[in-house]
Order: sequence, then structure tokens, then C-alpha cells
Amino acid sequence: MPIISPGFKGRRRDGGEKLPPGQYLVTDFPVLSAGPTPRVDTRKWEFRIKTEKGQVASWDWAAFQGLPSEDITVDLHCVTKWSKFGTHWRGVSLDTLLGDVETSAEYALARSYGGYTTNLPVADLLNGQAWIAYRYDGAALAPEHGGPARLLVPHLYLWKSAKWVNGIDLMDTDQPGFWEQLGYNNYGDPWREQRYWGD
Amino acid sequence: MARAAVLGRLTWLVGTVTALRDETPTARTIALDVPGWRGHSAGQHVDVRLTAEDGYSAQRSYSIASAPDGQRLELTIQRLEDGEVSPYLSETLEVGYPLELRGPIGGWFVWDPGNPAPVLLVAGGSGIVPLMSMVRARAQDASTTPFRLIYSVRSPDQIIYGPELAKRAAAGDGFGLTYIYTRTAPPGSDRPAGRISARDLVIEGWGRRQRPAVFVCGPTGYVEAVASTLTSAGHDPGRIKTERFGPTGS
Repeated sequence: MPIISPGFKGRRRDGGEKLPPGQYLVTDFPVLSAGPTPRVDTRKWEFRIKTEKGQVASWDWAAFQGLPSEDITVDLHCVTKWSKFGTHWRGVSLDTLLGDVETSAEYALARSYGGYTTNLPVADLLNGQAWIAYRYDGAALAPEHGGPARLLVPHLYLWKSAKWVNGIDLMDTDQPGFWEQLGYNNYGDPWREQRYWGD
Repeated sequence: MARAAVLGRLTWLVGTVTALRDETPTARTIALDVPGWRGHSAGQHVDVRLTAEDGYSAQRSYSIASAPDGQRLELTIQRLEDGEVSPYLSETLEVGYPLELRGPIGGWFVWDPGNPAPVLLVAGGSGIVPLMSMVRARAQDASTTPFRLIYSVRSPDQIIYGPELAKRAAAGDGFGLTYIYTRTAPPGSDRPAGRISARDLVIEGWGRRQRPAVFVCGPTGYVEAVASTLTSAGHDPGRIKTERFGPTGS
């Protein structure tokens, strides 16, 4: 039984069925990062996929820009409780990036400039569920939101959408990432409210 | 890497409000007794859940202000004009009311009293709250680890924990305090009101060579400015931990 908070009315915002449990709707775009924002020069930017056998596929900024890209409109859900609906991005699908990569790995660890990591199953990167996004709302992605490019996996809490992403390691065994080692849920499904360990 | 113990499932606990204290015209401290609380590290936060009569509920995260102290803890709530939860916590809540919470959460933005490195704290507005937990944990442990707090506020009446900070700075045990007034400086102030800059942050004895552990907490724009100033001044980005709130550019 929940404990009633005497005198609390609440403000029922228009979230409706699009709002996962425990979340509230915002219209601004909050920023949460564990450290300083890395400034990454696109002339030095590189994105690498490393397979479980050690094979590496890599793209520099020009090659990456040459890949087929998609416009993406998705809702975002941050573990700190805010959700933002209908955000507009442009990016390259992981289906495209992983298309020619030979792998049977089940687990992925995304890596970022600045040292951040986050883990997720490879299945959650495929079938139109994940992108490397480099434009937000019609403009180049700002550094504080993860530019020049970030992982975008909107069906999981936003810490899985690694900012400043520069690589994905494909692995046979799961390896918890930065927040996943520090008490946050290994999978992070907002609809099952998997915020922390044991949720 | 400092790792606080966050083990097992975080269940919802019911705390009871034992005291309320106004800190500023818009910030209030809530003291709670929480049976089953497992303790926390300085810098961690909790999730608070409010539930209305009809079952509607809302959750928010708040930093813990107090040093670890058994099953007692304190939160300081800054009231947001258009907030849903903060007006309840800062105005409606009374002593004796129940409050549901779970935690502690966050194993990164924490100070480990066993770490001898000097600590540079940079707070913007209510970003002081988790840093105050560190200042209090240091005092509780009678630690002499050098601490320096740089605290930006709009005006003197916005200072949270002012008398306590003054007392700790006067103790002469290695805790130093500087206020930055961004809109209105007190009379006789030798620094005109204005936003925090490199001149405020690059200070004697607290440079990159001293390798301080740095904690920065405040609104997004403030934290971005402080963190980039410190990295430009040569501080190792890996030693700067940040906690931000609010949207881009605020």
C-alpha cells in the first residue's frame, strides 16, 4: 500500500499512456553528465566497432557522414525522472553500422570520449532501435548533449544513450558499464521502472 | 575509482519528518527519521515519492544534505516556481508527516573521507546541498583534509547554511570558503557582482599541481562553465566530478 502524502494533490500533466511509471514530462532538455564535457574535434573523431574476435571496423567523420542516415523522432526517458516527447534527431542506424560486421556476440559495451561506458544487449541495438545520432532539432549536436555524435537507444533509460560515443565493443560476456557498476540497473527498461540494481 | 556500496534492491522506506528549518526565503531543510535506512556516503541522493489520495504519485530526486548519521538524514529543498513536488516539500509538509523515499543513490559523486587528496568544492545555488554533506562529513570525522568551497549565489539572502559555513570556516582546521555574488554583492565586497570566472577558480594553492579532487554542482550552464574553466587551467578532467540540474543554457 502506498503511503498517502497528506495535502498532496499533484499536477497531472499531459503524459498519459506515453509516460512510463515514475516519470514526469518536461519541455526543456536537461543535461546530466558525470564529468566535464569533452570537446571533440570532428577532424580527429573516429568511431570503431570491435568484435569478439578482435576485428575492427572504423569510420572517420567524413566516412561516417557518407553513410545512409535517417530522421528519427522519439521520446526520451531519463532515470532522474524526466521524460521528453517527440525529440528530433538525425543519425546512422546501428543496423547499417553492424550490417557488414561479422559477429555472434550477444553483448555490447559502448565507449565514449572522456572514458564513459555503458552496456546493453546487441539485440537492443538492432532492428531500428538504435542510432549514432549527430544532429538534434535540425542542428549539429551540441557538446553538452553528446556531440559530435552520441548513441541513441530511446527504448532504454537515457544513460544507455552514451554521449560522445566513439566505439562499441561486441562481446560474448556481459560487462557492466560506468553507471551499471555504480548501482544503476544493468538493463534499464523505463516501462518496467528498472532504475537501480534489483529493480 | 571511489565506489560507494550500493548493494541489493533499494526498497521504498517510510520516513517521518522530525524537524523543518527555513534556510532562505525559498529553501527549506527537512530532517527525517527513516527506519531501515542503510546509511549513505557524502554526496549521494534519494528518490522521494509523493502519493495523492486518489493514488496519483510523483517522484523526484533530492541530494542528501547531512553527514552519515544512522537512520537520520536531512534533505534541503529549493522551491521551484512551477514545480510539482518541491512546493509540497517546501511549504505543505509538516513535522510528523510521513515521507516515502529510497536510496542512497549514486556512487560516483561521493567524497570518501579516507581519500587524503585536497578537495575543491564549487557550488552554484542549491548545488551546495550534496557538497554540504561532504563538508559535514569532514567535520564529523574531525578530518583535516584541506577543503575549499567556492559558492556562487545571486545575492546574500540566497546563501543556504550561511551561519554553519561561517563557523566551519572560522575553525582554522583547513576549510576555506569564498562566496561569489552573481547579481548583488554585499556592501564593502571587494569583488563586484558577476558570474564566476577563471579569476575566481584559478586560485593559489588549488591549482592543477595540487591535484585536488573537484566536485562541481549547480545549474547546467554554471557547471559547464566551471568545468571547462578548470580543465582549461590544466586540471585533470578525470578528477572533476559534476552534478547538473536544469536545462541547457539556464
